[in-house]
Formats: sequence, structure tokens, C-alpha cells
Amino acid sequence: MENIIYLDNAATTRVRAEAAEAMRPYFEAEFGNPSSIYELARNAKRAVETARGEVAAALGAQPTEIYFTGGGSESDNWAIKNIAESYPERGKHIITTEFEHHAVLHACQYMETRGYEATYLPVGTNGVVDPAAVEAAIRPDTALITIMLANNEIGTVQPIAEIAEIAKRRGVLLHTDAVQALGHVPINVKRLGADFLTVAAHKIYGPKGVGALYARKGTKLKPFIHGGAQERGRRAGTENVPGIVGFGVAARLVAEELEREAPREFALRERLVDAVLSAVPDSRLNGDRFKRLPGNANFAFKYIEGESILLLLERHGIFASSGSACTSGSLDPSHVLLAIGMPHGEAHGSLRVTIGRYNTEADIDKLVEVLPGIVRRLRDMSPLH
Amino acid sequence: MEYTAEVLDHFMHPRNVGDIEDASGSGTVGNARCGDIMKVDLKIEDGVITDAKFKTFGCGAAIATSSMATTLIIGKPVGEAIKLTNKTVMDALKGLPPVKVHCSCLAEEAVRSALWDYVKKNGVEIEGLAPPKDEAELEHIGLEGLEG
Repeated sequence: MENIIYLDNAATTRVRAEAAEAMRPYFEAEFGNPSSIYELARNAKRAVETARGEVAAALGAQPTEIYFTGGGSESDNWAIKNIAESYPERGKHIITTEFEHHAVLHACQYMETRGYEATYLPVGTNGVVDPAAVEAAIRPDTALITIMLANNEIGTVQPIAEIAEIAKRRGVLLHTDAVQALGHVPINVKRLGADFLTVAAHKIYGPKGVGALYARKGTKLKPFIHGGAQERGRRAGTENVPGIVGFGVAARLVAEELEREAPREFALRERLVDAVLSAVPDSRLNGDRFKRLPGNANFAFKYIEGESILLLLERHGIFASSGSACTSGSLDPSHVLLAIGMPHGEAHGSLRVTIGRYNTEADIDKLVEVLPGIVRRLRDMSPLH
Repeated sequence: MEYTAEVLDHFMHPRNVGDIEDASGSGTVGNARCGDIMKVDLKIEDGVITDAKFKTFGCGAAIATSSMATTLIIGKPVGEAIKLTNKTVMDALKGLPPVKVHCSCLAEEAVRSALWDYVKKNGVEIEGLAPPKDEAELEHIGLEGLEG
């Protein structure tokens, strides 16, 4: 698999060598259970705490504010369901948006079955939430606002700091899913002002199956998994020590490299967008061109369907994704693309390209070389063209 | 989800793509909303399908099933072509992933719709051919999903 051009970094990323190497000893020589008392266990325990410090530092948080979880979806679920557990005295209203990740949307829908009401704010055609709309949606019984920092499909970055000011002033808790944002835009929980924040390792060149929930000091967080005393009694279960170690290294390195990496990804993205929009008629970029993650491009190509584009790209060794129904396993295209007002037909013809640290100009140029021909070929077959 | 070699072959090298000028019968099914539209044109001479062409907006399976369906009916008398079912198409492709079975149903429908058009245009009858399931809808296929 050396000749592949992987342009689906929002789906997952390749574990970087530094993280993989750091993890290896914790599968083998340092296999101890961090809860045991001998030296072997103490090494594992220290490794977990070092990683906690690394993740905390990457977010501008304190280590005691970081809880390791089994990934982004778990962290989202915990933050949302915790409202009922830890803040039962507050009202039963949640504000979110129409284009959240399913881990947030479905958790909010679940809360609706548990006596909560949820407001799903529209996001507008540029894919950016209006803070004034958030404020207007706040009711006396609003307990939580949960809005993502950056969208997973169109990459648009949300004005979370502004929303946090509103939330603070109105006495409402704020959670943000920062899974897609970490490593691509600067994150500092103090400056951002969120009470809870979700991150995941596998989007930042760390391993799958490990994430974290940041809970600001002073917030209440009830256990999500009951059992042992791990994660200060809030998330029981023997720690995924190798995963956590890999997460720590990955988080430290993406934070260190951000200043160099973000402009590099941005330059590649702009090269791609300019080239595609000029080479492919009836194409456009979905979501705001600049209020988005530096490495995200999401195109709409009229008259054709996304899965077909992906299959033909794969013939050239290029891997990307689409919001078409055929790639989601349902009849409806991506809820994100529908939320920004795209007609169904066009949403089926979307292509998401997400650039990461291993991508080069040559990758982008190869995509630009083959894509117009693929679109033409499918349009020649389309009854709509 | 994995496609068989047959599906990929018909997707990569689709047979009978195009339109037939003055087609004896033409049918379009599906809608842009759910992401699949198939158009099948037939040339029918002395009750035998002498040519079939398709154009499809859709995923790999939609294109492959349209392609396979046309190859299966060319050279067949109309009375036999109406026996084409989604299962025939699926079997010829050595199977489809479960979420893609509806594509083969659409291919069957597209052929029937083209045959129905032929029947209406020529005032002939094909024994066993029922009107397309949602004829009313077919009159104005959901192209509205593509505007704007």
C-alpha cells in the first residue's frame, strides 16, 4: 500500500512512527496494569499520567481536567448524558445544530426520549452557526449547548469562543466536539471557554479507540462507566495503556507542528480548490471557503453521484470520501450537506478531500490530473447531463 | 462493502451507454432525491429487442446493473425481455451488497418502463406486462432535487 494517495484524513489517519514506537513497549515489556502496585505497574501508571499531561498541554488544560475514553463518540455521549446525571436541577433543554456528528445528534435524540427537549439550529449555506441564533434559542430551562468546533464533512469552523461568552453570561454549559479541529487549528480551552470538549487520537496520527473528554475544573462529571477507580473513579476499566501513550505522543507532536503544518495544508487545499473549480464545469465548494479547516475541501459536482467518483478515484490509488447516500448506507445523502441547504441531487454528487501531514503537492496534482476526466466520464453516462 | 469482479467490470467498462435516436420505447425510473436515475432506450424490430442503451445517474451498482440489464435483453423477443427480474440481473453480476439490491430493482423497472412505453406508442400488447408501478410519478421524475 505504498503507492496510495490517502486524502481521507478526516475519516482517520495513519499512526505516526513516533506514536507507534512509543506504544510498542506497553504491549510487551511494560504490560503491567496501572492499578497494580509493583514496579511494572508503576511504569504503566506513569506512562498514562505522562500522556494525560501531553494531551492537557496540547489543549491548554490541566491534567486533572482530562479523562481518557474509548474515543470521540464516547466523549460526546458522556458530555451530553452527564447533563442529566450531574445537573438534574437544571432545565431540560439542549441546544445543538443540525449538522453535528451523529455521536452528538443521536445522543441529543436519545435525551429527547428521556424527558429533554432539543433545539437543532440551522447552520446557513456557508456552514457556520450564527452566535446570535444560539443566544436567541436559549430558554430559561436550557442546560447545555453542544456545538462542534469544526465540522467533519465541510470543515467549517464554528465561533465557539463567541458562543462560550454567551453561554457563560446566560449560565448555560457548553460542550464542543473538537475531534476534527485538533491538530488543524489552535485549541486552547481557556481561550475557547468551553466547559466540556471532545478529542480523539486517531484523527491526529494516533491510534483508534482512544479519546478524551476535557471537563473544566469546577464542572460536575458523574461516572460514565461504573467499576474500578480508573480515571478518578469516573471511567472504570483497565486503561488502554498503549493507546493512551500513543495519544499523548500524537497530541504533543500535532500541537508542536501546528504552526508549520496548518499553512502547508492550507496551501495544498487552495491549490486543489482553484484547480478543480477552474477545470470542472458545474462544480463548487461546499461550505465557507475560508472559515474552514485548512486541509478540508468538499466539492459538489452536478449530474453525477459520489460513490462512482470514489470508485474511479480508487483505480488511480486515490482515497477520498463522499456524502452520497450510497456511501452512508441509507437513501438520504449526508445530513450535513442537506443542513447547508444543498438539494438532494447535488448532495449525492459530493466529494470530500481531507489533507493531512503525509500529503504532498504531488498528491494534489495527481488528483487534479485525474478528477476532471472522471467527472466527464460519469457525466457522459448521466441522463441528467 | 465489497463489489464482485463482475460488478466492477460492468462499472468500469459499462456496455451500451448512450441514447437511441427514435427509440421504439424509452423508460426513465428513480429520482435524484435518492440518488439513482436510470434511463433505458430500446430499439425493437419485429418484436425483438435489437438494441438497448442506458444512461444512469447513480452509484457503482446502479451503473453496473443498468449495463448488465441491457446486455441481458438485447436479442430477446419482448415477451422474454419482460421476464427480466432484479434477481436475473443480480445473479448475472454474481451478487450485490444488501444495501445495493434496490439498484437491481431499478434496472428491472427501467426495462419494464421502456417496454411499457413501446406498448403505448405502438398500440401492441405484451402478455404479462403490467404498467410501471408508479407511472404517475414517472411523468415528472424528481429532477427538482437538482435545481438551485
